[in-house]
Amino acid sequence: MAKTKKVVQFTATDIKEELLKKYPPKVARKRAKQIMINEATEAEPAPEIVANVRTIPGIITMRGCTYAGCKGVIMGPTRDIVNLVHGPIGCSFYAWLTRRNQTDAGTDGENYMPYCFSTDMQDQDIIFGGEKKLEAAIQEAYDLFHPKGIAVFATCPVGLIGDDIHAVAKKMKAQFGDCNVFAFSCEGYKGVSQSAGHHIANNQVFTHLVGENEVAPEGEYKINLLGEYNIGGDGFEIDRVFKKCGITNIATFSGNSSYDQFASAQHADLSCVMCHRSINYVADMLETKYGIPWIKVNFIGAEATAKSLRKIAEYFGDKKLIDRVEAVIAEEMPEVLAVSEDVKTRTNGKTAMMFVGGSRAHHYNELFQEMGMKTISAGYEFGHRDDYEGRQVIPDLKVDADSRNIEEITVVADEKLYNPRKTPEEIKALEDAGYEFKHYDGLNPDMDKGSIIIDDLNQYEAEKLVELLKPDIFCAGIKEKFSIQKLGVPMKQLHSYDSGGPYAGFKGAVNFYKEIDRLVNSKVWSYMKAPWQESPELTGKFVWE
Amino acid sequence: MLLRHTPKEVKERKALMINPAKTCQPIGAMYAALGIKGCLPHSHGSQGCCAYHRSTLTRHYKEPISAATSSFTEGASVFGGQANLVQAINNIFTVYEPDVIAVHTTCLSETIGDDLNQIRDKAQKEGKIPEGKTVIGAPTPSYVGSHVTGFSNMVKAMAQLAEPSGKKNGKVNIIPGWVEPCDMAEIKRIAGLIGVDITLFPDTSGVLDAPLTGEYKMFPDGGVTIPELKASGDAIGTLALGEWCSADAARWLDSKCKVPCTVLDMPFGLAATDRFVDVLRTVAGVSVPDSVAVERGQLVDMISDMHQYFYGKRVAIWGDPDQLISMTEFLISLDMQPVYVVTGTPGKKFEARIKELCEGQPFEVKVKAKGDMFDVHQWIKNESVDLLIGNTYGKYIARDEDIPFLRWGFPILDRQGHQYFPTVGYKGGLRLLEKILTLFLDRKDRDDPEQTFELVL
Repeated sequence: MAKTKKVVQFTATDIKEELLKKYPPKVARKRAKQIMINEATEAEPAPEIVANVRTIPGIITMRGCTYAGCKGVIMGPTRDIVNLVHGPIGCSFYAWLTRRNQTDAGTDGENYMPYCFSTDMQDQDIIFGGEKKLEAAIQEAYDLFHPKGIAVFATCPVGLIGDDIHAVAKKMKAQFGDCNVFAFSCEGYKGVSQSAGHHIANNQVFTHLVGENEVAPEGEYKINLLGEYNIGGDGFEIDRVFKKCGITNIATFSGNSSYDQFASAQHADLSCVMCHRSINYVADMLETKYGIPWIKVNFIGAEATAKSLRKIAEYFGDKKLIDRVEAVIAEEMPEVLAVSEDVKTRTNGKTAMMFVGGSRAHHYNELFQEMGMKTISAGYEFGHRDDYEGRQVIPDLKVDADSRNIEEITVVADEKLYNPRKTPEEIKALEDAGYEFKHYDGLNPDMDKGSIIIDDLNQYEAEKLVELLKPDIFCAGIKEKFSIQKLGVPMKQLHSYDSGGPYAGFKGAVNFYKEIDRLVNSKVWSYMKAPWQESPELTGKFVWE
Repeated sequence: MLLRHTPKEVKERKALMINPAKTCQPIGAMYAALGIKGCLPHSHGSQGCCAYHRSTLTRHYKEPISAATSSFTEGASVFGGQANLVQAINNIFTVYEPDVIAVHTTCLSETIGDDLNQIRDKAQKEGKIPEGKTVIGAPTPSYVGSHVTGFSNMVKAMAQLAEPSGKKNGKVNIIPGWVEPCDMAEIKRIAGLIGVDITLFPDTSGVLDAPLTGEYKMFPDGGVTIPELKASGDAIGTLALGEWCSADAARWLDSKCKVPCTVLDMPFGLAATDRFVDVLRTVAGVSVPDSVAVERGQLVDMISDMHQYFYGKRVAIWGDPDQLISMTEFLISLDMQPVYVVTGTPGKKFEARIKELCEGQPFEVKVKAKGDMFDVHQWIKNESVDLLIGNTYGKYIARDEDIPFLRWGFPILDRQGHQYFPTVGYKGGLRLLEKILTLFLDRKDRDDPEQTFELVL
């Protein structure tokens, strides 16, 4: 079994050297800045990590593209908007139902997520331009389905040939009158990873949808949940807990989301940010334009869920809510603790590595800690420096050419709708009591001293890390899954959760404990060698002697 | 209802594709390239294409799929991708040490007009391609053809490695087309039984069905080798299985290297396998051993034993043209009725061929080359079928309309076995029959009233 061969003599510096050894000098120099040994002490700050920079050509990267971030991640989970991809067929095909965003079509029954819409551009469209075809495709989608909204996504060649998708969208919107048509310039070559696509998607959602519904939804403690995508039903579990606590979730950006949710987001009194990477700027814009403060939350991990619920209750400061949240936590925790106590007998002391997205590698730390497991190496696929080092570095971030290509929108306070939810005095009182608004410390402080933090990990480094450190479990995405497992180490997908989930909230924590217990203690990892391979020397005896 | 918005009323669509039965060229090129020994496929474009193709192939094969990308950003898209590719070639040979890099283009690099051959020559001149290593390339813009033609383009690039020595080597080239690794192994087994010395390319057996041993080999032991591909120009002939996937490469070898070729249907089902075996023994000048005849007889036996369950059943099928042609013929030979046949891959010839196969049959076939699964579903809503055959995405139709569903084709994301149990050849025919029968009989056992619930079927 893999873990019996665990190598302990390597120091973090040795490992870093080992990872860089094989690269051509230029590549090694660049990667050296993206592989960081977490040496933060109280006296001196942690070393900087280079993140959100170009992927090196030819290096087998875990990253995807801007289109994937825009259509796949952010708009993919919206159920009642027709997501029409303008481009050759592949881009739409690959983002078709592959992220396990669960949906409940609700009472209106509108759900286009199982459909794949494309203009299926052919070579003549590339030569003569595809605007006419796009226009016709939007018309056909409208005639067939009469949706509330049609979103158009640009793929690489669309940007190159210069189709004006925004003009087409605007024209069609005016023509229909009862269907909002808007577009995303999310060509795959923009930016350096999916992260640019999140930004483009969120900006357009903010511009074209948020604020549309004038009537405020009912509810006592109204929040928005930002950066939650309902993978494997996470959003359902979080909503169950909210409901039990009496908290009203106006809009989830964007798991199981609907047009009306986005359009009503300005009515919430607090924004709660899950995935900091994908959406922190939307929280800022909601505050600037409508006066809604925001906090960082985490519903991955039972303790984290309890902490986040208490943080929401403390914000509203209402005893009724505070008591109800405490009652819910008291009711939910016994089962969670019972399972974790049992699982811990088999998981305590085991090690994990996580290289996922741009917040998940941090969130899941809490769950592993609850099982007595330690994360020995982690990093983000498309994180920025603030996801590692905390928001205090944001003012120092250099804007490079690739980031400059991503549209930034400037938001000002809405003349009619701006309404600060708390007075400066109230905010100050909360802050004086230790409450943290728009605050995020990043991954690094929660990682052990001397652990290895790597940005934009690639296949070669993943394989080397696993060989050298022999973790009990490795977490990443589908592309990494089977090469890691071939090494005899279980691999858990934390983007799509394989077939599991939900892992958020209290019930999710229980699911995760059981899943990790199953993986790290599965018998299969002891079957790697056949008996005759374990002792290959022939002794010349017959078995019946 | 999962596809609740699909209306029964069929309206012609000119611009909007809904639920495609095809995907784009590069993924086919990537799959074909994995059938070369020691090859790292490389996607010349922005990195999302490569990520998507690797993800889809990984989900289908449940195996590691390694491939690199030129990682274009906006700069490369404006100024050309030459610097990215030259750098990628250098990095790949240094870090991963493959024998071959098989580059394919994307819609991005094609639109800006990158010339793969010129870039390769530049890399060669700059000493970025080590001695004894190979770089091949195929144009695969995503706005032309489909994943099937992308596969074909990469196979042609493989054939173009042929270096005829002027002396025949007695071998037969077989180009199997886009089939599963186990199908490629089965084609080799059949050729072995008949006693024909073959070069199969591409050959993903041994690559995409690697064992779990605690060791990871980025380049498993399988695949056709570069020396074998070079020697393909000395073969006595080429059998191309499938007009869409394999014929281009075979015809190139025929015209450029004087290796005569025969284009056959993919050997799915009885008649197509018969033709394959018959041509194989003819070109090699050998006789077919009894063991092959026994396998054939077993397939015929099962057809006759269970004919009552196949007879008259209406089927909707979608997928790749070469596979659909053989499947249509097979279904007809079972007295089944392939009434709806759709491939996303363009080509008028496809419609003509399917119509020809269905001529004189007691049913009318609706066939569409440029169709999609939305078409298939709408037709079903108007007149239903007894069985669906196609890739995983059919499960939404199957559930909504409550129709038995055989997963066959690409991609299959939610079932296992397709990578291990072949569906080509006589044995493959048996497996297809067994699966179809099980679907029908499970359905019968579920639906029959108590009085007619039977033990013996």
